[in-house]
Amino acid sequence: MSRKVPEEDYKKTLSYRFSRWLSGEKDPYLGEVEMKKLLPFSEPRELTLSHSKQQQEVREQVYDIKENKEVKGFSIAYRIVSVLVLLFLLAMLLYSVSYLPPYGEAANPVNNEVSERYIEKGLQETGAVNIVTGMILDYRAFDTLGESHVLFIATCTVLILLRREKRRDHEEELSDRTHEPKNDVILQTAARVLVPLIMIFGIYIILFGHLGPGGGFSGGAVIGAGLILYLNAFGFEKTEKFFHAKTYKWMSFGALACYSAAKSYSFYTGANHIESVIPLGTPGAILSSGLILLLNICVGVVVSGTMYAFYCMFRKGDF
Amino acid sequence: MTIFEYILFFFLIICAIAASFSKKLLNTILIFMSYSLVMSIIWILIESPDLAITEAAVGAGVTTVLFLITLKKIEAIREPQKEETLAGSEEKEAKLHE
Repeated sequence: MSRKVPEEDYKKTLSYRFSRWLSGEKDPYLGEVEMKKLLPFSEPRELTLSHSKQQQEVREQVYDIKENKEVKGFSIAYRIVSVLVLLFLLAMLLYSVSYLPPYGEAANPVNNEVSERYIEKGLQETGAVNIVTGMILDYRAFDTLGESHVLFIATCTVLILLRREKRRDHEEELSDRTHEPKNDVILQTAARVLVPLIMIFGIYIILFGHLGPGGGFSGGAVIGAGLILYLNAFGFEKTEKFFHAKTYKWMSFGALACYSAAKSYSFYTGANHIESVIPLGTPGAILSSGLILLLNICVGVVVSGTMYAFYCMFRKGDF
Repeated sequence: MTIFEYILFFFLIICAIAASFSKKLLNTILIFMSYSLVMSIIWILIESPDLAITEAAVGAGVTTVLFLITLKKIEAIREPQKEETLAGSEEKEAKLHE
């Protein structure tokens, strides 16, 4: 059986006030507590000065700079010695630079029998019109193989450091996208015109590496820059259709394995004085100079993939 | 050496000094990028176009982009919009309390 209480009586009870407070009809602090707007932290200048003065005093008391002569002497000597060391280093470097031979002289020690041989017989032995590429990918191809592996190892390190195992919330990805100009018309129009040109230029640099300036590394870097521009303009959705982690893995694996196989063949034939089956061709044609074209393509694939992978790892931690 | 090369070398030195002395990280990156561009022109002038292509693509292009992303990740570049919206919401709250 419930009692019927008049409304005015009910309003005085605790349960009525509690239910009102719970439903938020009345702010209990309104009119009771003084409200102040939160101001940004600011300190009067005198207070800051006194604080820094106090810190100075504390430091003086702890280290006892005025009384302790050793500490004082050390701090002075440290500064003097560091300045002296730097001056000595500067003088040494300037002195040794002044002994370097002038640029582009015929009598320089760079012009020894090695470079003479490269210049005189490079075209005959490698078949490459561009002597630099002939040197890099034929005489010193082993070094270039090492360089490609260094790039690959660098990507692996970046992967280990920056990779995120789990995909985080969808929101965070969206917010990551908000930092970029999302579907920016200017960028997209520019990219639509520029990206094909950049790609063609990069492929040209790679394929004509043995005929003109360029080669696998520079061409690969240009293609990688083009890919990054494309990604910036159109977002991850479009690039993930043709390039993700698996593609990169197989690309680098294939290119490095191809490079190693081609080079071990030429080392094998060279070390055993066997004539190589691969013809050098007529210098100046694209299909000439033996293995150099293939090696250029391999290096280009590795470098372009690495550039793009670096960008993706930095940006998203995954690709 | 022509006057043009002297101008380029002078600009290179100025860029190198300014990059280390500028206080904002974003400015440092942009100065570093212009340093790379000048360097690539100098590579062409001393007759090594291979290096010029690589310097322009890697030094001015990819490295700068990587630096910019890193700056964004450590939140050295802040979004102006975000701060505005925060300030706006604070004002609204203050009005509500009044």
